[in-house]
Amino acid sequence: MMRGILDIDALNVRFTGRNSHFDALRGVSLSLEQGRILGVVGESGSGKSVTGLSVMGLLPQQASITGGRIRFRDQDITARTPRHLRGASIAMVFQNPHAALNPTRRICDQLSDVIQAHESLDRGAIRQRVIHLLESVNFPDVSRRMGVYPHELSGGLCQRVMIAMAIACSPSVIIADEPTTGLDVLTQKAVMDLLFRLSRERAMSMMLITHDLGLAAQYCDSIAVMQKGTVVESGSPANIFSNPQHAYTQRLIEACTTMHPAQPHPAGKTTSRKRRPLLEVSNLRKRYANGHLAVDDVSFTIAPGESLGLIGESGSGKSTLSRLVGRLLDPDDGAISFEGRSIGTIGAHDFFRAEQRPHIQLVFQDAAGSLNPRFTAFDSIADPVRRLGPARDPGALRHHVEKCAADVGLAPALLDRYPHQLSGGQCARVGIARAISVDPKLLILDEPTAALDVLAQSEILALLERLRREKGMSYLFVSHDLHIVRMICDRMVILQNGKIVETGNCEEVFQNPRAPYTAQLLAAIPHFRPASQEAAAATGTEFAGS
Amino acid sequence: MPSLTARWMSPAARFFSHSPTTGIAAGATLMLAFLALTAPWISPYDPLASDVPHALQAPGPHHWFGTDELGRDVLSRVLAAGRLDLAIAVSAVGLSLAAGVTVGCFCGYLGGRLDRLVGRVVDVLTAFPLFVLAMALVAALGNSVENLIYATAIINFPFYIRVARAEVAARRHLGWVEAAHLSGNSTPRIVISFLLPNILPTVAIQASLNLGWAILNAAGLSFLGLGITVPTPEWGVMVANGAHFMSSGRWWLVLFPGSVLMLTILCFNLLGDGLRDLLDPRTRT
Repeated sequence: MMRGILDIDALNVRFTGRNSHFDALRGVSLSLEQGRILGVVGESGSGKSVTGLSVMGLLPQQASITGGRIRFRDQDITARTPRHLRGASIAMVFQNPHAALNPTRRICDQLSDVIQAHESLDRGAIRQRVIHLLESVNFPDVSRRMGVYPHELSGGLCQRVMIAMAIACSPSVIIADEPTTGLDVLTQKAVMDLLFRLSRERAMSMMLITHDLGLAAQYCDSIAVMQKGTVVESGSPANIFSNPQHAYTQRLIEACTTMHPAQPHPAGKTTSRKRRPLLEVSNLRKRYANGHLAVDDVSFTIAPGESLGLIGESGSGKSTLSRLVGRLLDPDDGAISFEGRSIGTIGAHDFFRAEQRPHIQLVFQDAAGSLNPRFTAFDSIADPVRRLGPARDPGALRHHVEKCAADVGLAPALLDRYPHQLSGGQCARVGIARAISVDPKLLILDEPTAALDVLAQSEILALLERLRREKGMSYLFVSHDLHIVRMICDRMVILQNGKIVETGNCEEVFQNPRAPYTAQLLAAIPHFRPASQEAAAATGTEFAGS
Repeated sequence: MPSLTARWMSPAARFFSHSPTTGIAAGATLMLAFLALTAPWISPYDPLASDVPHALQAPGPHHWFGTDELGRDVLSRVLAAGRLDLAIAVSAVGLSLAAGVTVGCFCGYLGGRLDRLVGRVVDVLTAFPLFVLAMALVAALGNSVENLIYATAIINFPFYIRVARAEVAARRHLGWVEAAHLSGNSTPRIVISFLLPNILPTVAIQASLNLGWAILNAAGLSFLGLGITVPTPEWGVMVANGAHFMSSGRWWLVLFPGSVLMLTILCFNLLGDGLRDLLDPRTRT
């Protein structure tokens, strides 16, 4: 094998606890070639981030390298990454840009710090370099906004600043650890395009750590799939997609292609629109105390058994809207009626005793955070049944909760666990079980899969699809991901700055978007067509490089 | 075989084996509580009986902690004082905890005008030098054990409001609180059975640190002649009396009540730190 600029050879990393130890990496070998992009793909806990941290010499204290070597050019950096290399030759872009920037310093000062740490330049020259760097990452209005603090910037702009810091000293290797997780789809595309362009222009090598195989396939020259601390498969994106060898890779690809546009919508679209709507929202308006108009004159209906997708970027008002409909917030203006009866006039604090309470339930975005840390899974699921359901003796309650758990595929043994003892996917299942335990007619799903990795995400989506068929519930599915909405929903509503910009049947919107904003959203989805791998690799590169 | 021993140990025992300091503090606190409760039966002498011929004796086989200027046994008096001081501290902290947490939880959850009003009252209360406020309260209400308890409770009250209010306000918009709404829980029920158990660790830490402080407060007031007065054994009063004899070398009159007082406060503080780790569900396995 050709020697790359960065070689990781049979690396073992062990985390040592008080009485136990855990091997996070077991014989990981990777090679990053000059000017190429290597995607390291795997679910959470697969060891992909640990690999990146080992290269940077940023492993936490309880972790140690127990075998193998890391070579940068011809230098062995296994034991210690020299200070002059870190930042200057190997730089890192972190996952959460808001947390990685110092909140008390202006961004131009933070950039100057990086330059000063590695080069001695006078103040004027440093300022010039800072401006140049911010311009090269397409930071808008540099001369005026370079003095702002991180909290004044959106997630996408913060990530641009992080990238500017990473490239400040013209490194030859960039390690990008989930650089777009938590960003919405338009920002994700902008950030990835930027990283791709910089890597090509400056002949920088990049290690892109991600859980999104589709994203890696679009931007990387080669891909390594990791599972449980080992590399199970590696090769070019086209090869991996057309001929996956390992079962885990096959599952990942399957999870990724079920969201493919070609997939026909599984649920029948025979729902008659003529029946009385289950939910009718008209001219809804909500302004927050700070004057921000979050929801502006929004109207839509949901028929019984229908699934409506609500799409928008962060800040578009979709979460506020879902809470207004879920009767957790009071609207300023407009009407909400459920089965023909007005519910918008019942105050959110009094809605708990309304007869419609069991019929409208919500599944939250952050599944773990939506479970009371002091309740076991059983208590969480049983709580709505105790409050809203018919009186049940303890045996019947136990039986009902176990049935709900079985409905969502949660093992009965997990019912006695606390949220912190459950995985993200299991927490999501508990959240769904809780919502369906009182047989709601309308289930509001607020980005239920946003915090999950690809495999868990596809499982939860399949589960939601099955539940809808079995129980005949209506869904209001809130998401920023058009693919997921297309898979689950019959119709979609697209929201921008609190206003509806487009409404329509999912397929029609996909085929023929009317609003320019919709077209923009559609273009930002990572495209990968496993059917024509060659073309995909070519268009992917072209598309990203343009 | 640590895993084998860990299996039969209770969660508390397992915790203490990880944090021996807390174990020692808990043991010492339990012992202090035991001594305070059984003081009337285990004291070698009557704490109030004077025995002038044997006044001001140094610690020895008959009087382990020596005797004071009236020949009263210092050990018996330290034990009896512990009973009184712990009772004052526990009831004062209990009072301010119950009242403060209730008010704080509802303010933090409901917000709005009530919250702002209570917030200003708390600001005003804490703007006073608290010890001087306690002195003024006892002086105005009169010297008695009950008034000492009320004064201690009142000056601690604002801190519980603040802690409970801040902890609840931070959780008010979390998913599981919204989920509790969806499940059909009323506001009082959300506050009492959802939020309260979740803020208990913080409140418990505050309370156990506060216990030490309340004892110090009671002893301090008595030292100044407020609250508890001379014949009654109390650590602050004993230190105040003993101070007169320090210059003539009768160190035991100050040392024993003083160090027991210090030890008690230390135990409560260590216990407070340990409690935080024990009560946090994330450390449970």
